Amino acid sequence: MSTTNQNKQTFSREPIKQVEGVAAVIDIENIDTDQIIPAEYLKITNKDGLGEHLFSNWRYFGNSESDRQVNPEFVLNKPETKTARILVAGDNLGCGSSREHAPWALLDFGIQVVVSSSIADIFKNNSVKNGLLPIVVNEDEHQYLLTQNAKQISVDIEKQTISTAEKSFEFQIEPFARFCFLNGMDQLDFLFSQEQQITEFEAQQTVYA
Amino acid sequence: MKKTLFEKVWESHIVSPESIDTPAVLYIDTHLIHEVTSPQAFNVLREKGFKVRRPDRTFATMDHSTPTTKPNADGEYQFNGEKEKSQVEQLKTNCNEFGITLFELGDDRQGIVHVVGPEQGITQPGKTIVCGDSHTSTHGAFGALAFGIGTSEVGYTFATQCIPQRKPKTMGIKINGHLSAGVSAKDLILAIIAKIGIGGATGHVIEYFGEAISRMNMDERMTICNMSIEAGARAGMIAPDKTTFDYLEGRPYAPKGKVWQQAIDDWSQLYTDQGAEFDTLIEIEAPEIKPMITFGTNPEMAIPITSIIPERAPRHALAYMGFEPNESMMEKKVDVVFIGSCTNSRITDLREAAAVLKNKKVSPGVRALIVPGSHLVKRQAESEGLDQVFIDAGAEWREPGCSMCLGMNGDIILPGQICVSTSNRNFEGRQGPGGRTLLASPATAAASAVAGKVVDPNTFSKQVVGEVA
Ligand code: SF4
Repeated sequence: MSTTNQNKQTFSREPIKQVEGVAAVIDIENIDTDQIIPAEYLKITNKDGLGEHLFSNWRYFGNSESDRQVNPEFVLNKPETKTARILVAGDNLGCGSSREHAPWALLDFGIQVVVSSSIADIFKNNSVKNGLLPIVVNEDEHQYLLTQNAKQISVDIEKQTISTAEKSFEFQIEPFARFCFLNGMDQLDFLFSQEQQITEFEAQQTVYA
Repeated sequence: MKKTLFEKVWESHIVSPESIDTPAVLYIDTHLIHEVTSPQAFNVLREKGFKVRRPDRTFATMDHSTPTTKPNADGEYQFNGEKEKSQVEQLKTNCNEFGITLFELGDDRQGIVHVVGPEQGITQPGKTIVCGDSHTSTHGAFGALAFGIGTSEVGYTFATQCIPQRKPKTMGIKINGHLSAGVSAKDLILAIIAKIGIGGATGHVIEYFGEAISRMNMDERMTICNMSIEAGARAGMIAPDKTTFDYLEGRPYAPKGKVWQQAIDDWSQLYTDQGAEFDTLIEIEAPEIKPMITFGTNPEMAIPITSIIPERAPRHALAYMGFEPNESMMEKKVDVVFIGSCTNSRITDLREAAAVLKNKKVSPGVRALIVPGSHLVKRQAESEGLDQVFIDAGAEWREPGCSMCLGMNGDIILPGQICVSTSNRNFEGRQGPGGRTLLASPATAAASAVAGKVVDPNTFSKQVVGEVA
């Protein structure tokens, strides 16, 4: 089997250093990716138009796209938070299905940062790769941020701070993810830079088949 | 250095070690794909003019959007809609273009990706396996390191056969003693998730071990590892043993002849060394586990069938389900029963369900859908006459696929309906908008189908004999 590949380093994205905007709060624990984007909207072969269906079970009344009506009480439908760029959610955000449609839908809606006291692994991984910043804060900070619905929040990725008009906290972010955000690097470029090591690894490996 | 099973597999797949600045580069032995999470990754390959680095290590099946009804007289499959059909056709086009083996509709090997991989012998001990699907954890039952990835990482694996990863933590779950008669692997894993919580294993790879695990067959071990993700784990693993090797021997992609012996020698080294430490260790007493059922909107909201909904249950979940705290789950009216999904659609699951349904009838007003995990499972069940048991009972015996686990193919429950399901997620709307899911074992699901209400499968069988007579 030939392992030569013409794949080249050709990726880059917009560097993201800061995000500022209105916060929307959904104070519910264990929001799963089925809620962020239900299976009904996974039948696509591209990434287009998912923002319209973001949180559709909660955002709309009715059980199908044809008979649905906007739920005016849902935070992302309210005038003061429908342009939110930062989502603050209850503990264990993004559990469940690995569907990358979840970060795609959030980004398409306009959300650029998600904040919680813990964020599920696959969702966190998927978010980073698309330029959606997942921020995990401690319990006290989380409780405070859950009170900041419709307030202005700014996030500085370089300094690793998240700030409101009153307070500022530092947050931890995996160094490689931070580097990718700040430099607009796609993680695939990093893998391509390992081409030689990959080929060497394959050559020495025992495979049973 | 004493090592855990996870560490042995992890270390043998490191292309470049991690540093403070960069994650490890982990080599992927086997990449499984399906129609839902791969199209956008193929689009990127095509746009950039890339190839799939190892089409020989990539296997595709179609399962999520596929109909579970038979094709018509002209051999045409009746898709739920154009989108589902085009997604399935797109997978075929993509596999042809990039030289990937595809188990397509009509192929005997087609079925749910996590049923098909093991059944074909593609899943093997010590391998790294990824799939754009969170229940990839299933394959860890063979001592593989197997985990779900998103579509970006599907693309990375296509292009480089690697993904960047930080080393996860380890959690050991030791099951002491053995399960009582009438208590299944599904009950055990639901009890484990109820104990550690839906986010309880976030950032960890779980290894399950102990007497109850050693005694389990591979189908049961897969049920356990399958639901590791429902506790937030990256992966679940079980050390391979004779049960594992016996299962794999002779399967199409398993090693043969002299190589088989060599493989067994290697695989026999895959266990956690005495004295190796887990970051977290949890012990469970198997004899204390009872048949379980969920009452809420995520898998941690599970209780023994005979106990009551806890006072502290989240109110928004109960509001969705239409239940109250301190209520009993027994006797709750059931509208639909679904036996299937990558958690419980293998031959032993179907046997368990058939044992309950034999010579009984599904209660009038209950829709019971039985969906085997693959064509091979279906054929095996039919050779044992299980299909006839189901049909005689008044259940629907379907073609393989994910079906009502997530309802992408049109097999859905209706708003407000209650479904006892052997699948893995009771999230709001998972089985259809407004639908309410109770997760349980195949025996519980089958017994509840007959009773028309939630029942304990163990006490129920005695009751029914009386009722039918
Ligand atoms: S059966 Fe359900 S959980 Fe399993 S792969 Fe299919 S949709 Fe996912």
